[in-house]
Amino acid sequence: MKKDLISITDFSKEEYLRILELAAEFEAKPNQELLKGKVVASLFFEPSTRTRLSFETAINRLGGRIIGFADPDSSSATKGETLHDTIKMVSNYADLIVMRHPLEGAARYAAEVSPVPVINAGDGANQHPTQTLLDLYSILKTQGTLDNINIFMVGDLKYGRTVHSLLQAMSEFENPIFNFVAPTTLQMPRAYKHHLEAKGIRYFEHEEFTDIISAADIIYMTRVQKERFSDPIEYEKVKDVYILNNEMLSKTKPNVRILHPLPRVNEISTDVDSNEKAYYFEQARNGVFTREAIISYVMNVK
Amino acid sequence: MESKDSEKKKLKLKVSAIKEGTVIDHIPAKSLFKVISILGLDKIENQITFGTNLDSKKLGAKAIIKVTDVFFEDQEINKIALIAPHAKLNIIRDYEVVEKKIVEIPDKITGIVKCFNPKCITNHEKIRTCFSVISKAPISLKCKYCEKITTAEQIRML
Repeated sequence: MKKDLISITDFSKEEYLRILELAAEFEAKPNQELLKGKVVASLFFEPSTRTRLSFETAINRLGGRIIGFADPDSSSATKGETLHDTIKMVSNYADLIVMRHPLEGAARYAAEVSPVPVINAGDGANQHPTQTLLDLYSILKTQGTLDNINIFMVGDLKYGRTVHSLLQAMSEFENPIFNFVAPTTLQMPRAYKHHLEAKGIRYFEHEEFTDIISAADIIYMTRVQKERFSDPIEYEKVKDVYILNNEMLSKTKPNVRILHPLPRVNEISTDVDSNEKAYYFEQARNGVFTREAIISYVMNVK
Repeated sequence: MESKDSEKKKLKLKVSAIKEGTVIDHIPAKSLFKVISILGLDKIENQITFGTNLDSKKLGAKAIIKVTDVFFEDQEINKIALIAPHAKLNIIRDYEVVEKKIVEIPDKITGIVKCFNPKCITNHEKIRTCFSVISKAPISLKCKYCEKITTAEQIRML
């Protein structure tokens, strides 16, 4: 049976750990010709330069060839071709499909249609599992463990898919503590809090972004995304609420690291960048190794 | 007691009794045609009689369907549970009720319900919807594709 990666919950804890182990191998030796002679389709039905470059770097480092498109205007979708037909056609050409799509569930559907493995590079506000795995890798690398982590999630916890998936993944490990810092309108949805309650995992909700971060091992900042709001007034109200600056970090633990899925707008002041606790650019670099690991894993070449 | 009950039933069934087949009772009147369509009764040649807008203490207005020579599998009949949760089936053999059944909400629902999420792929392309039932009372469905939850108030039939 072919392996796909559509949702973070498709993989078990053991599979997460296997991928993180492989990511460390790729970090030590990034160039490995494991995809020599293979063609990978990179289908971006919605532009995402950062994710696409990360994937395409990973594929190149594995010695694979890339076909595809970087934005929907240059794809057949503009001619009215269905996703079904595009995937049917592309799966005749390629050995693996990496896809980003603005509609939720598009990747799951593509995986059903395609005989070759599909990796979800983001489907609307739903899932972005490779981001979650690179987040796990970054936490493991900086903390030495994925157990007993006190993680603060800050900003848009309602629409932010990265925090939802990270919550699901971290809840598989021993004794995590979650702290949610968000305005009332952008709080962590009920369903995710239920998920933690059902597993007996502690979580705390805060509206103030203050000294409470002194307990944190990980501070996961998110961008309040304008495109997620139907009402622009609502967006204006909350966009500048939570900004992390260098001074706020003076009382935090020495091991704390700041993560952000990027791109950032203004939620982390640039004066934080030179602080050794800032980790978001390394986090992005980890993305390439993690994606090499995921690709090798679904392609059964490692 | 028992003989009285069955006597009553016989009287009731005499109205338009069927020899062999299935009687589906206690269907909400407004769901009648949906039930007919879900069970594919509009595509078969068997004799079917139905009544609708009948008085019902429980449902206000109910409908009843009598299908000759058709016996449903549980899996098939359970498809109507979402729109006719109180439906009762009487299996008729030689004019006698030989078995009574109630419908049960299945664990998986395919192709009946629309996903409430406007950004779900199933609302943009011709895809058979598929939900796992995460709660039966009140009903709550998780879309296999977009992973969003459709709750009882949001349920719309396709």
